[in-house]
Amino acid sequence: MKKPLGKLLEVKNLHVSFQTHGGEVHAVRGVDFDIEQGETLAIVGESGCGKSVTSLAVMGLIPKPHGKIVAGSIQFKGTEISTLSAKRMRRIQGSDLSMIFQDPMTALNPTLTIGSQLTEGIIYQKKLSRQAAHQKAIEMLELVGLSNAEQRMKQYPHQFSGGMRQRIVIAMALICKPSLIIADEPTTALDVTIQAQILELFDQIQEETNVSMIMITHDLGVVAKTADRVAVMYAGKIVEMGDKRDIFYHAKHPYTQALLNAIVRLDLPSDTLKPIEGAPPDLFAPPQGCSFCDRCPFAMEVCRHVQPPTTAVDDHHTADCWLLDKRADAALAKG
Amino acid sequence: MTPSKGMQEKITAQNVPNAWFHLLDRKKTVQQSLVRPSVSYWSDAWIQLKKNKLAMLGLGFLILLGIAALFGPILSPYSVTAQHLTLQNLAPSPSHWFGTDELGRDVFTRTWYGARISLFVGVVAALVDLLIGVAYGGISGYIGGKTDLVMMRIIEILYGLPYLLVVILLMVVMGPSLLTIIVALTVTGWTGMARIVRGQVLQLKNYEFVTASKSFGSKPWRIVRKNLIPNTMGPIIVQMTLTVPSAIFSEAFLSFLGLGVQAPFASWGVMANDGLSALLAGYWWRLFFPALFISLTMFAFNILGDGLQDALDPKLRR
Amino acid sequence: MLRFVLNRFLAMILTLWVIATLTFLLMHAIPGSPFNNLNGKVLSDAAVKNLEAHYHIDQPLPIQYFIYLKSIATFTYGPSIKQPAQTVNDLLGRGFPVSFELGMWALVVAVLTGVLLGIFAALKHNGLIDYLAMTLAVLGISIPNFVLATLLIQEFAVNLHLLPAGTWQGLSYMIMPIIALATGPMAIIARLIRSSMLEVLTQDYIRTAQAKGLPPFIIVMKHALKNALLPVVTVLGTLAASILTGTFVIEKIFAIPGMGKYFVDSINSRDYPVIMGTTMFYSALLILMLFLVDLAYGWLDPRIKQSKEGSK
Repeated sequence: MKKPLGKLLEVKNLHVSFQTHGGEVHAVRGVDFDIEQGETLAIVGESGCGKSVTSLAVMGLIPKPHGKIVAGSIQFKGTEISTLSAKRMRRIQGSDLSMIFQDPMTALNPTLTIGSQLTEGIIYQKKLSRQAAHQKAIEMLELVGLSNAEQRMKQYPHQFSGGMRQRIVIAMALICKPSLIIADEPTTALDVTIQAQILELFDQIQEETNVSMIMITHDLGVVAKTADRVAVMYAGKIVEMGDKRDIFYHAKHPYTQALLNAIVRLDLPSDTLKPIEGAPPDLFAPPQGCSFCDRCPFAMEVCRHVQPPTTAVDDHHTADCWLLDKRADAALAKG
Repeated sequence: MTPSKGMQEKITAQNVPNAWFHLLDRKKTVQQSLVRPSVSYWSDAWIQLKKNKLAMLGLGFLILLGIAALFGPILSPYSVTAQHLTLQNLAPSPSHWFGTDELGRDVFTRTWYGARISLFVGVVAALVDLLIGVAYGGISGYIGGKTDLVMMRIIEILYGLPYLLVVILLMVVMGPSLLTIIVALTVTGWTGMARIVRGQVLQLKNYEFVTASKSFGSKPWRIVRKNLIPNTMGPIIVQMTLTVPSAIFSEAFLSFLGLGVQAPFASWGVMANDGLSALLAGYWWRLFFPALFISLTMFAFNILGDGLQDALDPKLRR
Repeated sequence: MLRFVLNRFLAMILTLWVIATLTFLLMHAIPGSPFNNLNGKVLSDAAVKNLEAHYHIDQPLPIQYFIYLKSIATFTYGPSIKQPAQTVNDLLGRGFPVSFELGMWALVVAVLTGVLLGIFAALKHNGLIDYLAMTLAVLGISIPNFVLATLLIQEFAVNLHLLPAGTWQGLSYMIMPIIALATGPMAIIARLIRSSMLEVLTQDYIRTAQAKGLPPFIIVMKHALKNALLPVVTVLGTLAASILTGTFVIEKIFAIPGMGKYFVDSINSRDYPVIMGTTMFYSALLILMLFLVDLAYGWLDPRIKQSKEGSK
């Protein structure tokens, strides 16, 4: 295990809302988590659960004026960044805190060369000369495993395959030596074999640079390969959080259990694959009680009325579920 | 077992009643699915359009203009062409609301007559756009391959033709008249529409619902009619609302140059051309009213077109 | 790249040939001879025959067509029929520089102000500047250039005596014609830039640039503008055409001695050599514009170059 060096990022009670024509959407409804130096936290959940919005909030990239951090705090290296001015935030973005987006096919500007897109960040942030930046960019391309880096610098995005583009995007995120990288579904748009290579690359980079990562994904396979800790998100809230082992072997929240049951596993008979029935709740009008209540096989009367409190399972493992209340045991025994 | 409705105390995680800890009967709490009222594409577009006040203003103006064009010349006590040499260049007054011109003709009456010509030209141009452009683009996109290549080459050459030069040449050959203007407008006007429709068809052709109906053995024309045309209606309508003002402008422009509608008929372009020389003599109303109505009509079509574009393009909906 | 240029060049020649043929056929479909009524004088049959022989109008059509194509290729149109003292080249040589000056300035003004207006409107989306700019743009599209020109004359020449109302003798004479000619295209460009800018600003690569902590100015100028310019470049050829035909009207209103005046006159008097010469000249000019636009497009968007090279 990596040695903890103190909290790098602390997110507390984060609420994010979007104004739309249909009304206000509560995309993130009170999220708490933290990350230590060198650690990888995976945030898992189905699409629309608020995991991407959470990461954008940390990056200071919530699209304005529709989106807004309504409440909560985000502390990065002890500085409150959720209220920083755009100008002060830009000094952190891309240099100490960088992001890798989902689709490498659209994340690169089609009309600019790779070289120009790789170097612009470091030229602006670290005031490097063009030559020095160029040299640095070539180093980075070699680090992420691109051959012929010198020639590659002059090429345009459309001359690369998806996997190669994602390597370039990763090189771009690394070039200023950030302490935290947020990767939003970095492998979703890639072929399975390329996915494995990219995850390999993340491992290697973390070995070499001790960078912390937030891995946003819906794929538990990715979680298993990369994460130290896992946060499971559902309908804008973290419903269970713990070390990878806790989540995979001792999941307490019915939603986490359902997610695990929904993985295709070749080593088990196919009838153990259980899709989660129903759909997540409408975030225009979040439910009063537990948001998973309608889909939960163990839903109790209480779940419909009151949101479950965050309950510690053991040291690093918490879950928001009424089943962890002592009074629930009797109900389970009966049912 | 359910808590009584009269319970006043707010229940928090700390004071949950023990009675609430029992499993729910799954069969009773049937999925409360999130059915939001489903609205069809067209009624949704209409709702969006109605919200756009500017576009509705344009639509309202055009409807009024249409009514005025139809009934204005009929209801007016004055004739469009009859000359009254005693009533030359009268300023606007209760009897001649927009004044009279140098032949004593009522500008008010002539303005609505001009509206007929402008709207007629615009509507005909849009209809030809629709007929030729949609058919050409639809066929080119649907058949694809070599046919598409040749058909697009033809369009490319037509597109290269300087449009107004062609119109002017045609004027020379056929002589200036309303018919010539309409023929001239339709020679090259449809290429834009054909390109748009072809693009849409190419995109839609590969969608699964089209593949599906092909696999049921539907005939090509049926696929075009049932699947492709309804799905391309949005861009087609928007393109038509852009064709109309540009046709109206072309007519006014040509008539202004003396290459369009000829005297004694009134078109806004002719009236503006006459009014230009009258302006220096101080008869401002003779230029003002035709110019105002050309501009207002173009404005109305443009803002309506913008509104339609916002309402019909799902990508722009936020 | 060379192949792409060559390909476009051949297409350009082909289009010119189509226009030449079309013009020829249309000209000869006109009933009546241009010499029936020459400068007010009615000529004798013999004199008409003589003149027709001089201009090869008595020859069979295919031979006339051949002579015609040859004269186009060498750009020698001979003298004007109505004003035999002047060749078509003389007229073009005198009128075109004036029209070119007017048209080019109008195009430059339209592109610069249109692009700026469009960018500001997009950046202040739904703000006051956006509404003002877009109201201005819709007005610019809605008001025909001849109406705008007369309004300008009425206000600045007749009422305020600030600017001269006509002819072409220097900067102060150029202001009103250029504004009248540039406003429509400017409005079109402003609207195009605004909508393409708004679309580009939602693209993932813009978010990538924001995540690098680049300031908004660099993001707009480096990442968004080039992409947002693409649709403007595609309509530049059409805009140039509309400015060119616009010069006909503007030259008439402001009494500017440009090509447009000769052209409109030549149509009314059926002066074949002038009509053909002017049409071919303007067509060639516009097609050259379209050709340059294609090249510019390839330069702005590296994907186009490759796909065009690849497909041919």
